Formats: sequence, C-alpha cells, structure tokens
Amino acid sequence: MSDHNYVPSTKLGKWFNDRLPLLSLSAHLSEYPTPKNLNYWWTFGGILTFCLIAQIVTGIVLAMHYVAHADLAFESVEHIMRDVNYGWLIRYIHANGSSMFFLAVYIHIFRSLYYGSHKSPREVIWIIGMIIYFLMMMTAFMGYVLPWGQMSFWAATVITNLFSAVPLIGESITNWLWGGFAVDSPTLTRFYALHYLFPFLILGLVILHIWALHIPGNNNPVGIDVKKPSKDTVPFHPYIVIKDLFALLVFLTLFAFFVFYSPNLLGHPDNYIEANPLVTPTHIVPEWYLLPFYAILRSIPDKLLGVVAMFASIFVLVILPWLDTSKIRSAVFRPLYKQFYWILVLDVLVLGYMGALPPEGIYLLIARIATAYYFIHFLVILPVLGFKEKTIPLPLSISEPVLNESHEAVNNNKMSTE
Amino acid sequence: MKFFFKTIFILFILFTFNNQKVEAGENNKELLKVDWSFKGLFGKFDRASLQRGYQVYTEVCASCHSMKLLSYRNLAEKGGPEFSEDQAKAIASNFELRDGPNSDGEMFTRSAKLSDKFVKPYQNIEEAKALNGGAYPPDMSVLVKARSGGADYIYSVLVGYDDPPTDVTIDDGVYYNTYMTGNKIMMPNPLSEGLVEYTDGTKATEEQMAKDVTTFLAWAAEPHLEARHRIGFKAILYLMILTILAYFSMKKIWSRIESKV
Repeated sequence: MSDHNYVPSTKLGKWFNDRLPLLSLSAHLSEYPTPKNLNYWWTFGGILTFCLIAQIVTGIVLAMHYVAHADLAFESVEHIMRDVNYGWLIRYIHANGSSMFFLAVYIHIFRSLYYGSHKSPREVIWIIGMIIYFLMMMTAFMGYVLPWGQMSFWAATVITNLFSAVPLIGESITNWLWGGFAVDSPTLTRFYALHYLFPFLILGLVILHIWALHIPGNNNPVGIDVKKPSKDTVPFHPYIVIKDLFALLVFLTLFAFFVFYSPNLLGHPDNYIEANPLVTPTHIVPEWYLLPFYAILRSIPDKLLGVVAMFASIFVLVILPWLDTSKIRSAVFRPLYKQFYWILVLDVLVLGYMGALPPEGIYLLIARIATAYYFIHFLVILPVLGFKEKTIPLPLSISEPVLNESHEAVNNNKMSTE
Repeated sequence: MKFFFKTIFILFILFTFNNQKVEAGENNKELLKVDWSFKGLFGKFDRASLQRGYQVYTEVCASCHSMKLLSYRNLAEKGGPEFSEDQAKAIASNFELRDGPNSDGEMFTRSAKLSDKFVKPYQNIEEAKALNGGAYPPDMSVLVKARSGGADYIYSVLVGYDDPPTDVTIDDGVYYNTYMTGNKIMMPNPLSEGLVEYTDGTKATEEQMAKDVTTFLAWAAEPHLEARHRIGFKAILYLMILTILAYFSMKKIWSRIESKV
C-alpha cells in the first residue's frame, strides 16, 4: 500500500516519524483505499465511534457529580438534573446516547449479516465486534442500575439472580457479585467502578476492530474482493470522511429530537421512583435494546437452561463465520439467504416485542417459537443453505456490475469448482 | 438512501409504539388529554398557572406529600413560577425546620430560607404511613415523570374520583378512581370547588385546581424544560443546516468520481 513509502516532507517530521510513525499512521488512515460502492449502511462504523466518545465524555462529566451510594445515588442524579449547570443536558445525552448507540450497533451488525462482512477474511473483525457488543450490553446494564430507581434496582436483582442458576456454586457467585446478601450499596459501587472501566476496554477493542479491518480492507455491497488501490476504490479522505460526516449529522438530528423533545420516551417511568427493596414493580423490563435476550431467557421454562440459551444466543453469533458455509458474501447474490435474512430480522423484532410483554399465554408461545427459530436460523438454515443454495453469478469487479455472457460463464465455472 | 431513512424510522416507531402499548395495558381507561402549554417544540409553562399550582400544592397537597428535591429558591428561578425573590423569601419564612447543632451543641428551630429544601410534612416514611392508614403519600418532586401518562395521568386521577360501579366493593379508607391503576386509591378526593381562594381571582373549580397543580408538578419534575425546548430548537435547526451543507459538500466531492452517492 502507498502509505508504506510515506516520507514526511519536513526534517522534523522525518525525525519524529522514524521514532514513532504517527505521521505514517495518519497518512495511512487518510489514504486508506475504500471501495467506492459503499452505501449508507457502511456509515454506522463512524457513527458508533462518535457514540462511544460521546458516552465517555458525558459519562466523565456525570461521574464528577454522581454519588454511588444506595442512600444518595437517586438524589445525586436529581441534583445533576436540577442544580448542575446543563446537567440535564449532559444526563439526557448520556441516557439517550445509550439507546442511540444500540440502535446504531444493531444496524451495523445486521449490515454485516446482510453483506456477509463476517466471512473470511474478516472473521477476527467480527469476533472482536461481538466482544464489543457483549461488553456494551454489560456496560449499559450496569449504567442503568446507577440512578438507583425502581427499575435499576429490580433489573440488577433479576440479572444477578440469573447466576444463582449455576449448580452448586450459584448462590456463592451471586453473593460475590452483590458483595453481600442482597443488591445494595456494595453492588452499586462495584457496578459504578466497572461502568467506568468497561468503556475504555471497549475503546481499546474498537482500535483493534479498526486495525483488523484495515488488513483486508472494507467489504462492500457486492461482496467481492476489491483490488487496492484501483479504480474501484477511493481514498478514505475526503470521500468517506464527508459521507460519514453527512450520515452522522442526520443521525445526530434524530438524536437531538430524543434529547430535547422526548428525553424520557425510551426510559421507564418507574425509574423515577427511588429504589425500594420492599416493593416489586408489576413488570420488570430491561431497556429496549436488551429485550430480545430477555425474551429468550424467559421462554425457556428451566432457569439454568434459560440462562444457557441467553448466552448461547450471543455465542452463536461469535461462531457465525463458521456456521455460514456459503462462500458468497453479499445477500444480493443469494436469493434464498436474502429471504431468510429478513425473516431473522422480523424474528428478532418479535422477540424484542415479546420481551416487553408479560410471559403468559399466547405471548409466551410466540416467544418460544421465535426463540426456536433464532437458533434454527443459525444452527440449521445457515450451514445447510451454503451447500444447497443456487446463487446468482458474481460480477468480476464492482465497476462492472452489469454482467455479460462471458463473465457469467467464468463465474459459473468458478463456483462449480468451489 | 430513501430506504435507509425509512428503515430507521420504522425501527423507531416499532420500539416506541411497543413501549407505549405495554404501558397502556396497565390503565383502565384512556386518560383525559389536556392541551398543556408546556408540550410541543416551543412549549413553555403558564407562569400564572404555576403560581396558582404552587398555592394548591402548599395549601392542599403539602399536608401529606413532600417535595424533597425542591428548594424555596427554585420558586424564584427562571423558567419556574418566577415569584420575585422577596415573595419566595416570604414563602420560605412561613415554614419552620429543625437545624443545628449550634455552638452550644443544641438543635434549634428556625424559619426556612431560600436555600432550604421544601419542609416535609412528616419526619420519615414510617410516620407518614402511620398517619395515612398504611399508605405512604409519595414524594411529588418527580411524580409526573414517575407515572406513565405523565401530566395527563396526574390530572386524570385528580378529577377521576367517582362513585364505584355497583359490582365493585370498596373498603373503608379506600376510594374509587376511574383512572387510578386498579381503580382503588387510598387518597380521598383532595379537591373540591372553592377549596383554595386564588389570589389572582381565578375561579377555583376542581378542573382549574387540578390543571394548575399538575402544571406545577410538571415543572417540579422538569425544572429546565423551557431551557431544553429553547436550546433544542436552536440545536436541531443548526444540525439541519449543517446537514444540508455537508450534503452538498459531499455531492461536490463525489462528483469527481463517476460513482453515485
């Protein structure tokens, strides 16, 4: 790649770059050849980076005013809302920011699934991404506990209690997590410490995620390998930078509507009631972005198996590059996969919907079917589809998406040998 | 591009609709909808209504309900009832609280100052329960945000007292309310016509008082709402203009490449 021969123009630059090649790095980032056919679904990587940084910055400011103690946490949050200069703005950005972060990450993940970005040679990018996603869920969950409202307290109780399902040592694990015999101040302080730590772990993993991405380069909507640099690619700056910026601004406009005009829409009203261990809310529900997993958890009648299923639902995603046996990346050329893909999207939305409803009667049945389908999609449909599906011939390059006879013949030959 | 926006939009509708439906399932009857002045892009509190609302709170509600997150100084702050500082001082001085210890190590009673939090009607939750038939009158500082339906819910409950239908039996000390979850409420109907005498001459009907006190509670729960709306409009306008500029810059830059954006 061109950046390997990068030579700084000034003497000082050269001196510094020989000792720490930051200038080479910045040249690499700016010249990084990117497929020119990336659509707007590819802008969410930049949006997510923004979300992470926004959460860290607002979070650090909140941490300056927050008090992690069972008797003081709720009032300290209200102190931020009332007495800290623009505290309400910082807190609403942080609280809605987590929802926006998850909205973006779900789009980012489903974009990968559609265009096969998890497949060879990008498995490691995908796995790091899944670890980031898992850490994000833990971070968000612990953050939700910090205001110490009713939902905070009871969500913490429900989730930490899951570990009591582990045979023999379950109870010891929960007591260890709580730092006592119930969710209380010790639980809150450790959640606070970890809630502060995890975003920096995520930041580190994001750097690895981008590093791993820059080895093979971006996938693209056509899903075929792109020669780099070539007429199929554009340098990251300014082409992708301006496009990402535009998409980010659209995203921020939506974000601003939530922050300024319905800051509590995505939260639960019960979280404005101070935590009370003696009063259980009628429905304990997590934040919307965790609902599909909550539905999976509750649809299994056995507690231990429910917990196993919930973690398995994330684990199948980690091993997805090996479950998806098709060599063709993009769903554009996989007519059957495309249909199953949309069924999966629907399935996850249904799971989310069921996660918000009480687990009884027809809701429970639907949740169970949706849970079963979720696993069938990854464990049965995807492996089989790779062998059975008749795919549409791939174009030779992204600049020539229109096929002619000879190309088609070449591709058919190629595929039959695979 | 169109598809991209559409999908985001649909996703959000799905999730928000989803949440609301679950909440609505808990209510017995559709809430009364009031055209609050603080709703909407430029929503502001009705200053006179806030002042009347404070009067209702302090003369009626405050005998049982605390508002521990508010201070008397808040009454004079911008975006609130905006009493003058002297008025707020006078209001505060009507209340007495226990302070100390003084230099002799003794606790003493003094009248409240602007910097003090609203004086609570009860020493603690246990006392409040004991004096209210076992039910704790919730603190009202963030009550509007702590109930699904928000201001509409509070208003509806305040005017929703009714005789129970013939098939519903109500115990002593419990009252029937059309909008309360489960229809049973431990609080007797707090409002009746002419209960307070408004200083500005407004007729104190039940609806008027309910509306005023709900407005006051909405402000108490969200004291920076006016600033939020004001800044929000500017921020969104700014973002929109910047988005348009970014869009045309993008078009210009990408016009060097034959590929479409």
